Amino acid sequence: MKENEWGRLANKMLQLIAGRVSSLVARRATLALTTSSARMASHAPDPEVTEAVDMSRPMYWDRLDTPLPDKLYKDELSAAEKSLKEKEKGPWSQLTNEEKIALYRLSFHQTYAEMNQPKSEWKTVVGGIFFFVGFTALVVWWQRVYVYPPRPRTFDDEWQAKQLQRMLDMRINPIEGFSSKWDYEKGQWK
Amino acid sequence: MRNIAPVYHCGAMFRAVFRLSATGARSLARSRACYTAPLASRCYSHGKVESDEEFDARWVTYFSKPDIDAWELKKGMNTLIGYDLVPEAKILDSALRACRRLNDLASAIRILEAVKDKAGPHKDIYPYLIQELKPTLSELGISTPEELGIDKL
Repeated sequence: MKENEWGRLANKMLQLIAGRVSSLVARRATLALTTSSARMASHAPDPEVTEAVDMSRPMYWDRLDTPLPDKLYKDELSAAEKSLKEKEKGPWSQLTNEEKIALYRLSFHQTYAEMNQPKSEWKTVVGGIFFFVGFTALVVWWQRVYVYPPRPRTFDDEWQAKQLQRMLDMRINPIEGFSSKWDYEKGQWK
Repeated sequence: MRNIAPVYHCGAMFRAVFRLSATGARSLARSRACYTAPLASRCYSHGKVESDEEFDARWVTYFSKPDIDAWELKKGMNTLIGYDLVPEAKILDSALRACRRLNDLASAIRILEAVKDKAGPHKDIYPYLIQELKPTLSELGISTPEELGIDKL
């Protein structure tokens, strides 16, 4: 449920920032942020509106390291599916391959092959990173223009030249440092 | 199969359990190089270390319980898959028979998939296990994921 809330929040945020044009990106981001694992099994989930999952009850999830989740994927069985379940109580060699696959799909959503398939989620993540970094750059630019006080006069070239001359006159760090690099006879850097 | 993981064994050529990670380093540290334990393996010198055979026997017994229930099967399998090893054929045989007692073909196929995934880059473990389990699979009528075509997308 938390993931879905974050997904909706991010979706709203993105829509506010980017406008209607980027609602596609927002939808993709919502999908990415909403984990597909915790879904109600009995009906196809709508990516825009994911109903809150009751996490106090046993949940189904597809995980490589948890082959047998707490509950079956499909809990509401049609009459045909119920009769197949009855047939499952008999010898399994009497089941056809299609029936075996059907029984598998009743209990499980994705096969291991489907779980392992490469996803494009990283593109959304990297894209999101660039987007928000870019937005931050805009914020920083705005601050530079509208918030920062005027540039101190000590940065002017003329002031810097006078400052440097004063430092040499005062013999700042004459042994190893600053003034030691200035050749006082010739009036230039060593 | 021995050269998959650098674990030192005395005894049978085929190890009781396939070790995936390099637990060899741990066995080197201990003076008795007979076997390393996959679990309960802390570095205290006085603690009892479980042998591979004991581990296997314990799990075979767990799944052999005649009135095992669905929860126990799930818990057992999820725990077993959580370990850093590929279960031995006899443990899987016991688990598949438990599935049969529970009339759960889907879980049996899922177990085979999980074991194949567990082997990771060691591609020769799964065919070996299927070969070992062939009699059980044909006896119980369990099709492998490959036979059903669900190992592909």
